[in-house]
Amino acid sequence: MIPIPVHPTPKKHKILIADDSEMNRAILADMLGEEFDILEASNGAQAVELIQENGSELSLILLDIVMPEVDGFGVLEAMVSNHWIEDIPVIMISAESGASQIERAYELGATDFITRPFDALIVHKRVVNTIILYANQKKLVSLVAAQVYEAEQQSNLMIDILSHVVEFRNGESGLHVRNVHAITELLLTWLRENGKYPLTQADVATISTASALHDIGKIAIPSAILNKPGRLTPQEFETMKTHTTIGADMLRDLPIYQDKPLVKISYEICRWHHERYDGSGYPDGLKGEDIAISAQVVALADVYDALTSKRVYKPPFTHPQALKMILGGQCGAFNPILLECLTQLSDAIRKELEQTDLWAFPQSAFDITGEVLQHEDVSVSKRTLQLLEHERIKHDFFAALTDEIQFEFTLSPPQVTLSPFGAKKLGFSEVVKDPFHNPSILSLADPKDFQGFSDAIRGTSPGQPVVKYDCPILVDGEPRWHRILARATWSTDEPPRYMGAIGKIIDIHSSRMELADLQRQASRDPLTGLLNHASARKRITVRLEERPQGKYALIIFDLDHFKQANDTQGHLFGDQLLCHIAENLRQTVRGGDIVARAGGDEFLIFLEYKSDPQAAIQRIFSSLTGEYQGFPISLSMGVAQADVVGSDYDALFKAADNALYTVKRNGRGQFRFYDQSMRDTLSTISPIAEESLTDPREEDKK
Amino acid sequence: MTLQECYTALGGDYDEVLGRLRSESLVQKFVLKFPADPSYDMLQTALAAQDWAEAFRGAHTIKGVCQNLSFTTLYRSSSLLCEALREGHPPQDPALAGQVTADYRATLSAIQAYQTQLPV
Repeated sequence: MIPIPVHPTPKKHKILIADDSEMNRAILADMLGEEFDILEASNGAQAVELIQENGSELSLILLDIVMPEVDGFGVLEAMVSNHWIEDIPVIMISAESGASQIERAYELGATDFITRPFDALIVHKRVVNTIILYANQKKLVSLVAAQVYEAEQQSNLMIDILSHVVEFRNGESGLHVRNVHAITELLLTWLRENGKYPLTQADVATISTASALHDIGKIAIPSAILNKPGRLTPQEFETMKTHTTIGADMLRDLPIYQDKPLVKISYEICRWHHERYDGSGYPDGLKGEDIAISAQVVALADVYDALTSKRVYKPPFTHPQALKMILGGQCGAFNPILLECLTQLSDAIRKELEQTDLWAFPQSAFDITGEVLQHEDVSVSKRTLQLLEHERIKHDFFAALTDEIQFEFTLSPPQVTLSPFGAKKLGFSEVVKDPFHNPSILSLADPKDFQGFSDAIRGTSPGQPVVKYDCPILVDGEPRWHRILARATWSTDEPPRYMGAIGKIIDIHSSRMELADLQRQASRDPLTGLLNHASARKRITVRLEERPQGKYALIIFDLDHFKQANDTQGHLFGDQLLCHIAENLRQTVRGGDIVARAGGDEFLIFLEYKSDPQAAIQRIFSSLTGEYQGFPISLSMGVAQADVVGSDYDALFKAADNALYTVKRNGRGQFRFYDQSMRDTLSTISPIAEESLTDPREEDKK
Repeated sequence: MTLQECYTALGGDYDEVLGRLRSESLVQKFVLKFPADPSYDMLQTALAAQDWAEAFRGAHTIKGVCQNLSFTTLYRSSSLLCEALREGHPPQDPALAGQVTADYRATLSAIQAYQTQLPV
């Protein structure tokens, strides 16, 4: 191993100063200072010598124009013809300031111009900047070159591996792909050079590369048919033929790269490399020039190499035999131009194919392919594994593309795997071990939702394994409503065991909020914005159930002579009056109280009190009484207390209603508490038309 | 005699040169080197031999050095001579070369006067 110094001394940049005046060189050298290694030349010839000697070791040249023997232009010209100018930046330092001189220097490739008199700061800065610029550019160039090379190598390697997978399954020599590639390239180059087809050099390269994929559809052909030594039955042959369309479909169904020439041409080759020029081929029975030239050429190369190679069902033919068979039409009909081409190239092709060494193919392709296929005998389980692998790749690929939180949970080992997006969104790594003991995971949602979801998923059965569960989940520190769509995984043994779940988590916050908004709207009286009777009842019931021992009062009141206001001033005024009351009501009650419009001009108040409700109710009653636009507001109000009639909504409502009826009967304009004496009075409540209360007391009013 | 006074004597711009070279010692170093510069002798030899191309280069070098040292007077006359000699022409006006000689001598004597009173 070569020892690498830990702190290498930074190498000084070498600068050549070419100027005939020793004074000027000395001034420049002093200006640049100690940080550079300075070489000096007093004339052009010397300068050229030093450049040749040092090559790209030189970081920069400061060049004068007027010099004896060879002048500055002469130096530049030498640099151009030797391609040094591409690697070494040149800054002109001449006393010449004529535009034509400057222009000529730039044309010859000078990087910059420093005019005299020299300014120390400018000289130093320009020199340093130019060196940095060139150094970076050189670094970038080599970096890009290395990456392009790498990418090219990798894609070729991938194609090689892919095509060799097919070959090894086919029991072919491993050389078929290489041979087809070579023959295709020879044929195409000849066609191009002889002007038979309008092909570019890039076309030739692309088609030759794509030729490797011609039999890729054979991956899907059962091994028994593929490697059958004897003749195929007609049925087997039909199956065999599908490798053309299968291969083409594989390429057509690629989710990306559809517009890449390589994919388009590979498609043509896969689908049509068994078409024949006279239309007797498959799968589409195309004729003549309807068959893409790429497929025509690969078909010929394929046949030629198949004839001259050994196969399970035949010995190899010699090159002259193969040529004769093809030209004699024994192997199908080909384009006459291609047959001419084949004849012309027969020697070149034979020579090419006799090069049995594999230098042209990366050994790595063979190694990897061999590794992939070394357990060829266990074909069933291998196929299963291949399918699994295929599914895994497919899943990973789509998971990486989606903007969804996808997860997979296994019970044993306890572990959650998240899609890349999901992991990023939630701020976890893609694999979280032992999630139920991970505080960050547990802080995502309310414990009761964890339990709820767990119960739901464990409550599934192998027949109905899917659950839907909505709950708030903490994303970016903000709880947002999400829907978890999950499928439990159950083992296949008996009895089935719960093994985990897969699923995705969808953000439904905005739709959920819309729903909540709609629900809120549905629970309100559209005119006054107060709760309607049904929703007030629901809320009050909840309140009573939560704390049945609380001291509650339910108040119902209506407006005296409201009918009169409606009749004399119109319904619009009536509505305005109701809104006025509602607004007053809102102002008057406390935060925890529940107020609602219970019927036409009836309102409802539910409140909790400490010892005696009398004062609170008196206050409400007084503040609502008064007048509105000349109309005197008078109320009749009935109050029922939970400690009198029980903590039951219906009982409270009935009692308050009875008390109200009693007030109405006794001259209006006051409030009364319910007592036993009112038990058998009638109801006053009238329904609002759009409400459908299922209150049994509705019946009483009829 | 200070370096600045020397510059005044030889018709140069001391502030300008100091601004560019940024250190008095550097200016001094090159001023003291000036008498040893062979360009003037080269110019004289070439003029005597009527080698106009060589004379042009000599004048050109003097001009360049004077520019860098801000020797304004000598720069001006050497510039004029340089342009007159460009492309191998003989100088139209013989006075141009005479002016360069006069200015060069004045410059040299100013530098020598400055040099002699420097502490050794």
